[in-house]
Amino acid sequence: MKPKHQRLTLAVAALATVIGAGLLAVSALSDRAAYFYSPADLAKAKPAPDAAIRLGGMVADKSIVHEADGVTIRFVVEDGAFKTPVQFKGIVPDLFKEKSGVVAEGKLGADGVFVATNILAKHDENYKPPQMAGSEHKTESLAR
Amino acid sequence: MIAEAGLGLLWIAAALAIMQLGLGWVAVARGRDEQISGVRAIAVAQGILVTLSFLALILLFLRSDMSVALVAANSHSAKPWLYKFAGTWGNHEGSMLLWVTILGAAGSAVALFERSLKASTLIATLAAQAALSIGFYAFLLFSSNPFTRLVPAPADGQGLNPLLQDPGLAFHPPTLYFGYVGMSVAFSFAVGALVTRDVDPAFARAMRPWVLGAWIFLTLGITAGSYWAYYELGWGGWWFWDPVENASLMPWLATTALLHSVTVLATRDGLRAWTVMLAVVAFSMSMVGTFLVRSGILTSVHSFAVDPTRGSFLLALLAIYIGGAMTLFALRIGTVREGSQFDLVSREGALVVNNLLLSAILGIVFVGTLYPLGVEAVTGEKLSVGPPYFNATAGPITLFLVLVMIAGPLMRWRRDRLAVVVQRLAIPILAIAVALLVLVLVSPDIGILPFMGLLLAGGVALGSLAPLWGRNLRRTPLFTWGMVVAHFGVAVSLAGMASETGFIKEVLIASNVGESHRVGPYDVKFAGLDPVAGPNWTALEATLEARRGNGEPLILKPQSRMFSNPPTETNEAAIRTVLDGQLYLVLGKQEPSGRWQLRMWWKPFVTLIWLGGGMIAFGGFLALVGRFRRDRLSGRGRAIA
Repeated sequence: MKPKHQRLTLAVAALATVIGAGLLAVSALSDRAAYFYSPADLAKAKPAPDAAIRLGGMVADKSIVHEADGVTIRFVVEDGAFKTPVQFKGIVPDLFKEKSGVVAEGKLGADGVFVATNILAKHDENYKPPQMAGSEHKTESLAR
Repeated sequence: MIAEAGLGLLWIAAALAIMQLGLGWVAVARGRDEQISGVRAIAVAQGILVTLSFLALILLFLRSDMSVALVAANSHSAKPWLYKFAGTWGNHEGSMLLWVTILGAAGSAVALFERSLKASTLIATLAAQAALSIGFYAFLLFSSNPFTRLVPAPADGQGLNPLLQDPGLAFHPPTLYFGYVGMSVAFSFAVGALVTRDVDPAFARAMRPWVLGAWIFLTLGITAGSYWAYYELGWGGWWFWDPVENASLMPWLATTALLHSVTVLATRDGLRAWTVMLAVVAFSMSMVGTFLVRSGILTSVHSFAVDPTRGSFLLALLAIYIGGAMTLFALRIGTVREGSQFDLVSREGALVVNNLLLSAILGIVFVGTLYPLGVEAVTGEKLSVGPPYFNATAGPITLFLVLVMIAGPLMRWRRDRLAVVVQRLAIPILAIAVALLVLVLVSPDIGILPFMGLLLAGGVALGSLAPLWGRNLRRTPLFTWGMVVAHFGVAVSLAGMASETGFIKEVLIASNVGESHRVGPYDVKFAGLDPVAGPNWTALEATLEARRGNGEPLILKPQSRMFSNPPTETNEAAIRTVLDGQLYLVLGKQEPSGRWQLRMWWKPFVTLIWLGGGMIAFGGFLALVGRFRRDRLSGRGRAIA
């Protein structure tokens, strides 16, 4: 093979790899990136069933209910007038409490209940926080 | 006094770096190779001064000098000494000083020990290293001064994040930084060689040990970080595709690619431009990682309190260095002579595929890590890209890469015949077939990625040993052993990942004291719950007895800890390693009816993940020693001839 041809072959292979990887990345991003919703957003636009999303808002006062199995809880995430019921099986982070900020990762069920697989609680304000608005910290959400 | 001395040393070191760049620049421009000794001396002095400055900061932390703002904000006099010591780099300013210290020390090491590089290229390399140092000195001195005094001095400090109060802090950041910042040497080499138009096999041979050294530390740092997160965070996972983890993975991918391409350049004089490009990209990834972690645009245990000017400062440095190196590359690469040719079916061909696939994974991780930041910057929309994305994209490519890894070492340099290669591959192919048979019989439904992972692990394990086939083992060069051990380590690690993912058993339950639960092969009895206290925390400690068959019970004691300074709750998982896996137990919260939440995992062969990581690093170490030995022998041979 002539040097020129070899360089061309290598260049084409490199290009194909880059384009292939790029296409793979874009297609995976379009259906696997979890978008951030508030209960108000959910009321406006329903995400596709099975789409991974994140739900953020405040845990409504007196809404946390413990199920009989001891590891499942139900609570309501609210954002002004809008409310979304959430179900979560797992150990909640220490900073998870009523009237406090929360981000839940999971999927919205057909019955309108958000099934969370992961709970992120807002970082304690007394502790040195990363100062960004809306930031949250995976202290120790124990669900997969 | 110590703080002022430390700051003074830092300023003098910065001044020396400017001298190093200036003198080096003039020497290269005028072709004065005899200036080399002067540049060398300045580089060594600069490294010593910045190291002393770092030692001064360590001393301040050890003495709990609360009149220094950084110590007051991140330490506490009641802390065990190890955490006072390691706490030096458990904060933004301290870790940046460690960064600069390693940058200076790496320059000193090159000045002291690099003997095979041409004088003019070495001067240019040291000047490039100084140029890097200057930017980061400026960053430290103007926006992250670690030695600022606090008036009046508080009675005591605010303490260290409890998640960081772990022996892992003493080990993981320095190792990772040695790798991260050690790659600056490869970057400077590439810049130096571009400046003097000296990209050839001799250059590659000179650069290789430095790349190998940095890569070993990077591998160890990532492995240690993974295990630390695994036991400390109590989530039971070993890789989260967290942006901070990706920040360390990206330089590793680029460096691994570089390690393979530099071999092609050193032994076959091929891939000249590509190797130089990778050296620039690898350290650029280190800087991108530092920017991600240190600018505060991410929020995780790694980003400490931040102010926005630092982010812009780092971004400017990033643009200058990466942009500068790329511009130089574009201007000079046309003058780099064409390397030698090779057939596509050959060792070189396999290494090219290795490089392409590693680059593809790098690109995918890069896009997945930066895309959410880009989207948020442009539209303000928050989104997260997590494991589903990375597993679906990087997973299959990794498996394909591993497949190439079986074949690559069995191919000849320059030209090979496909039929012969397939013949040599017979044993690994047989191993894969046997593994397939066993897997189908034993466990038909463990998911496609773990399934393929186990298959390929078997193939790689045997394939990696194949280069030793029919060789006199005692006369096999040490660097060949290094390759074999490192590739075998990949198989071990892959087997651990696949086994953990495929065969994990998980139990989440609310339990009363006295009850027993089945976790994998173990019966775990919740035997008791007691309060305990440590030096700066109190905890509730569960006692769990795990019994397998009729054997002696293992006693595990997971804790839920309450730290006093600052007040924070953490979970201390109890982990017990046995031959065929780990039992991982976490104590949760008390639920309203009085039972305690327990989360229990049986993770078969999970330890192989980190054992494999250690083997990969050890393989690199063997290769490094082997190269040194060969160089010394050939040096002596030349002297005799």
